[in-house]
Parts: sequence; C-alpha cells; structure tokens
Amino acid sequence: MADERATVAAVFREEHGRLLAALARRFGDLDLAEEAASEAVEAALAHWPAHGVPPNPGAWLMTTARRKAVDRLRRDRTHTARLAQLRVEAERAEPPAPEGGLPDDRLQLFFTCAHPALAEEDRGALTLRCLAGLTTPEVARAYLVPVETMAKRITRAKRKIRDARIPFRVPDADELPARLPGVLQVLYSIFTEGYAASSGPHLQRLDLAEEAIRLITVLAGLLSDREVIGLRALMLLVHARRAARTTPDGLPVLLEHQDRGAWDRAMIEEGLALLPQALAGPPGPYGVQAAIAALHDEAADITTTDWPQVVALYDVLHVLVPSPVIAVNRAAAIAMRDGPAAGLALLDDLADDPRLRRHHPYLAARADLLARLGRTPEAIAAYRLALDHAATEPDRALFQARLDALKD
Amino acid sequence: MRSALVKYMLLINAGSVDAGGGAAECTVEDWVVYDKAVKDAGIFVSGESLADLVTATAVRVAADGTRVVTDGPFAETREVLGGFYVIDVPDLDVALDWAARCPGALGSGSVVVRPIAEF
Repeated sequence: MADERATVAAVFREEHGRLLAALARRFGDLDLAEEAASEAVEAALAHWPAHGVPPNPGAWLMTTARRKAVDRLRRDRTHTARLAQLRVEAERAEPPAPEGGLPDDRLQLFFTCAHPALAEEDRGALTLRCLAGLTTPEVARAYLVPVETMAKRITRAKRKIRDARIPFRVPDADELPARLPGVLQVLYSIFTEGYAASSGPHLQRLDLAEEAIRLITVLAGLLSDREVIGLRALMLLVHARRAARTTPDGLPVLLEHQDRGAWDRAMIEEGLALLPQALAGPPGPYGVQAAIAALHDEAADITTTDWPQVVALYDVLHVLVPSPVIAVNRAAAIAMRDGPAAGLALLDDLADDPRLRRHHPYLAARADLLARLGRTPEAIAAYRLALDHAATEPDRALFQARLDALKD
Repeated sequence: MRSALVKYMLLINAGSVDAGGGAAECTVEDWVVYDKAVKDAGIFVSGESLADLVTATAVRVAADGTRVVTDGPFAETREVLGGFYVIDVPDLDVALDWAARCPGALGSGSVVVRPIAEF
C-alpha cells in the first residue's frame, strides 16, 4: 500500500497543475476543481492497488476528476443551469491534446494565480498550491507561517477569484507586456524566498528555490518570451552556487569567499546556454541579471571577475529598474572596479533613502567598505547597525563574526 | 453556477477638486465621452454622479430608537465617493478595463471595482 501511495503521490504532484488548470477552465471554479482533483486521488488510492497503475495515470485522474466534478454539481441543485451549459460544451470536441498528452491549460492558471487583483502575499502561495501541487501545510512550512494562517490566505484568494470572477485566461498579446512581469515576479519571489529566507533560522530553503525552477521551466515550455528565458537562466546561474553559499553549520559565505569548485557546473552550463536567447533583443531586467550572474559564474575568483562589464550591466539594470537595492549592488561592483572609496561615496549618496535605512545588505556593504578602507571604528558602528536589522540568524551570525574580527 | 455576465459597481472616488468642484485631472467632455462609451458598449446598468459632499447628511439610529441626524460627513480622507456606475460584463478583467478608462481613475482619483452580490 505504501508503494502505491507513493506512486499516486508522485503522479499527482506531477499532474496536479495540469489537472487543476483543465478543471478550473472547464468549471470556472478553483475550489470545485481542487475538490474534484483530490477526490480523483482518493479514487486512485482505492483503485490502483487492486487493478494496477493505469498506462496513462494523468488521463485516468483527469477523467475521474471530471466525473467527480459533474457528480458534485448534480448533487447541488443550484448548479443545474450550469450543468445544462456543460452538456452543450461536452458536445463540442475536446481541443486536440499536445504530444498525445492532456490539453495544457496551465498557462491560464499562472496568470490567474498572479492576477494583480489578488493580494501580493497570496500570489506566491496560490501558485505553489495550484501549480506546484504543494499541500497547504507544505506551503505554510515554506513561508514559515502557521498552517491555519496559510489556509486562510489561500481560501481568501480562491474566494476572490470566484466571487470577483477573475478569469482563467491568457491575456491578449497587447496586454501581455503589462501582465507577464507580474507572473515572473511571483516566480522570482518564490525563488528568492527559498534562496535567502526573509526570516527565520535557515538562510537557504532549497525546496522553494527548486520549486521556482520547476515552475519557470513549465512556464518556459508554455510561453516563448525572452524574459521567461532570462528568469530561468538567472535562477539556474544563481542556484548553481547553492552548495558553496553556506558553511556546513549554516553560516552564509560571501561570493568572494565561496569555494567555486563546489559550484554546480552542469547547472551553470544549462543557464549559460539560455543567455543568447534571453539577450536577443532589447534587454529585460531578468536577462540583464542573468548576464551579471553569468559573469560571476564564469570567473575563477573575485580578482579575475570582469568588473567593468558587471558595472556596465548594473548601469543598464538601474535604468530598467531604478531601485535603491540595485543602486547598492551597483556601488558594490564599482568598489570592486575602482576601489572601496569610490563605492563608499556612492553608498553614502544613498544614505538618505528611507527604503535603505533598515536594508541590511546596504548596511553591511557600507560596513565592509569602511573596513576595507581601514576606518575601523566606523566599520564597527556600521556592522552593529547591520546586526540590528539582520532578518535571519545566519546573517546575524555573519555580521557578528565580522564585528568580532574587527575588534581584535 | 455562473451566469454569463456579472454586475460590477465602479465606485468613483474623486481626488483633488478644482475651484468649480470638478475633478482636477479631467474635463466634463471626458465624462461625456466615457458615459457614451459605456452606454454604446451595451454594458450600462445604472450610474449616477453625486452632488457635492457639503450637501451630505448622516443618519444614525441609537439602540433606544433615537434618531441622530448630523451634517456631513466631511472628507477626512482625501478620497470622496463622487459617483458610480453599475456595469454588466463577463469578468473582472473587463470590469478593470472599463475602470481604467474612467476619467475618475486619473491622477489623484481612483475607481474601486466591486462585484454586486448575487442572492
């Protein structure tokens, strides 16, 4: 039984997004789609151990789920009008299935889950729930919130989709430039949440970063777009460094101190191979960030990194996305190209920006440059400030270690 | 379970107003053009614009049945409900498109889109 359960779980996770997307499109109701999908899994658990796993498990689940949904609608008398409409639709031919598989409606679901009318904090959770097939407790664990809190958020988001009638559809070509960045932002925030946990004891939560890569890979298969490719390249080029980013006891290791031999070469190659496509045309912010990540990944160490090129790319990025966080990274790159004094001058120019006052990477970058310039008392004060605003235990430990080293 | 169309109310919050009491960022002509577009599209259910806020009167009834009538309320926030449309469209994306075209969404104004509850 345990084996079958594992098979069903694996198949279900693989097919969940597809199943849910097809049901949601057909029935226009995410809740009904989820219920039907989970009833189909229950049926599989009861059926497969006795009769064996069917040759096309995805299609089996889809047929069963569809039947369950119709049963459910039939039980609920308020849905009779809808049922009549469904019968009419059923008479029309099903759309042809790609590569002999099931029709793929996941692209619609990506846009629905990332809809700007949903609360920003709910979009990632909903995407993980619906498209990555994570359970609500898994999503809660990923975001380090209690299960009930996450369940409420997901329910709220689904209710809004249903009651405000957020459509299941891919935006038209003319709306796409306005809507696609929202989808990419959701996937990127899932990735960065996994990459540098915004709070809590662990710096890296590998599973979320890997979920994000899985999702962007699915999206890239559904939609041909330079920025989709750029974001996929960026994720691979950054995630390739995962093994070197922390010490065995979980302390963060800065890029300059990382053991580059521990970087995942195969993943770097995969990311590099995507760059020409991502950068073919006017650059987008993800393509440019991927290009920056590639320059780091290709360098043997920090002294042979092509810093002039890194700075040039940050100049481009800062025009595309004029954010103070990018200005901080740009200043750090200029410090590497022109020396710490030049970088510090730029950071000090940003000191009045209220968005950076509590931004610990800014505070730490400033402390680092002061230390490099031998302005030890100021560096100590700056690290203390960074320590006050560090969000994770590992960051706190890192700043404390730097502080201790300066005091010696 | 879902009818073909949903009614949405577009609540038009006026931002800053000019000396004549009109919205600072759009002209009467803008509203005439928009109103005509809504009606020509066949989605118009109802719509009104409200008289100036100084004409508003609030009524509250206490637990003992006492009626309390007060002048106002006056704007404590910058945004004041200035009018509304009810439109009948297929989904939220279409409703948001009409909200975005509304002159009341310009500048310091905003349009809040709310589905009408179906019972």
